[in-house]
Amino acid sequence: MSTVTKHVVVAGGGVAGMEAAGALAELGHRVTLIEKEQKPGGHLKQWHALFPDRRPADDVRKYLSRRIDNRNIKLFTGISVEKVRKQGHDLHIELSDGSALTADAAIIATGFDLFDARRKEEYGYGIYDNVITSAGLEDMFNAGRITTADGRTPSRIGLVHCVGSRDEKVDNNHCSKVCCVTAVKQAIEVRQKLPSCEVFCFYMDMRMYGPYYEELYRESQEVHNVNYIRGKVSEASVNINNRLVVKVEDTLAGRPLRMELDMLVLMVGMEMSQAGTRLAEASALGRGINRFLETGDHHYGNNLGHVKGLFYAGTCTAPMNITDTISHARAAVTETVRYLTTR
Amino acid sequence: MNGSAGNKFGFTVNRSRLIDYDASDRLVRDYVTLREPSFRLCFACGGCTATCTAGQHAPFNLRRMNTFIRRGEIEPLREEVTRCMLCGKCLLVCPRGVNTRNVVSLAAEAIKKLDRNEL
Ligand code: SF4
Ligand code: SF4
Repeated sequence: MSTVTKHVVVAGGGVAGMEAAGALAELGHRVTLIEKEQKPGGHLKQWHALFPDRRPADDVRKYLSRRIDNRNIKLFTGISVEKVRKQGHDLHIELSDGSALTADAAIIATGFDLFDARRKEEYGYGIYDNVITSAGLEDMFNAGRITTADGRTPSRIGLVHCVGSRDEKVDNNHCSKVCCVTAVKQAIEVRQKLPSCEVFCFYMDMRMYGPYYEELYRESQEVHNVNYIRGKVSEASVNINNRLVVKVEDTLAGRPLRMELDMLVLMVGMEMSQAGTRLAEASALGRGINRFLETGDHHYGNNLGHVKGLFYAGTCTAPMNITDTISHARAAVTETVRYLTTR
Repeated sequence: MNGSAGNKFGFTVNRSRLIDYDASDRLVRDYVTLREPSFRLCFACGGCTATCTAGQHAPFNLRRMNTFIRRGEIEPLREEVTRCMLCGKCLLVCPRGVNTRNVVSLAAEAIKKLDRNEL
């Protein structure tokens, strides 16, 4: 196997990008890691604890920081990759500051954006103070205070699944995969932090696809007394007591239901990121009907695009959890190294 | 418009079908859950309903009954709890290990107490 040092550009310094950069550097390659925000870490920066074991998100943040602490990696922040094109054997990579790089290969790891909950107007995000998103609830966990906008301790909180996912009305037919288990995790955390607060999850299906997710769902009922109502919330409003009122069909009872709440948490889904979209459009990269990057083969080529030397890692290809993102990034590195050593 | 005017047109006044969670209470649910904690575990799969012999001959749906107990909807339960033969077939199928038979007995007991103002 060739031991010649190659130069690989990694676009995006979230979980996938950091893992890919670290793995490549470990193998002796020179890596330029480009992150659009001021700090690497992606969405994980905002998260307090992780499903299914509710370990501190900081554990994984620290792991990733150690991962990119390698002299083979050059990290640039506040800059994004805008365009990639083939130039002979190399890739020509244009950056947002007008500069360009030449690389032997590149990995796109531009991640996802959280769905903008204001687009589901009927839930009142951005209109009613006590309608927040799952990310907003993590902010409260980080701050160590779960309160309504006027500083009260909530006595009843509702969590709405599938906000911006599985919904033709916002042009997202895909399932974001992680929000169901995030809801279960957050419901448990609320119950632990505020034992007298009732918690209701409004769901269409409980998609507990990962290891220990179903067990967590069971624990949420058995130990933490979290309530589940099967039905899609149709709207939220505010009554004269300034409490939120939600309308839903309790589909298991076959009857409409209304309920007052102090706080409504919208489990926002994943969408192809705007930065990734710009890059894909400028570079003419194929995308699926879900607008994520289209991969070479859904079963055995999901780190490959159609440009030779260009690989994909993480949630720029589809929603996935942290575990799968890290595995996907490692697989992208394997594909990259194979390309570099055999071309 | 009042009821008598409605009657001329063949209408009768129906009870609202709405489950108003804030207008009902969860006394029966709490009575059942305290004595049979496995009740919390029902995830509404319907296995019990499918196997129930009583439910094949009379309007008795254990899965839906569990939902009504949880929401505090007592009226639709009154008739239903009397239909169970307590054979326990449902216990054999429940994937969550809910002691279904005991849930029905306790719900029936709780409703009686509720009516005597003992709950
Ligand atoms: S994971 Fe659950 S909440 Fe998220 S989109 Fe899928 S079904 Fe909806
Ligand atoms: S079989 Fe068990 S989990 Fe399924 S509906 Fe009946 S009681 Fe609930």
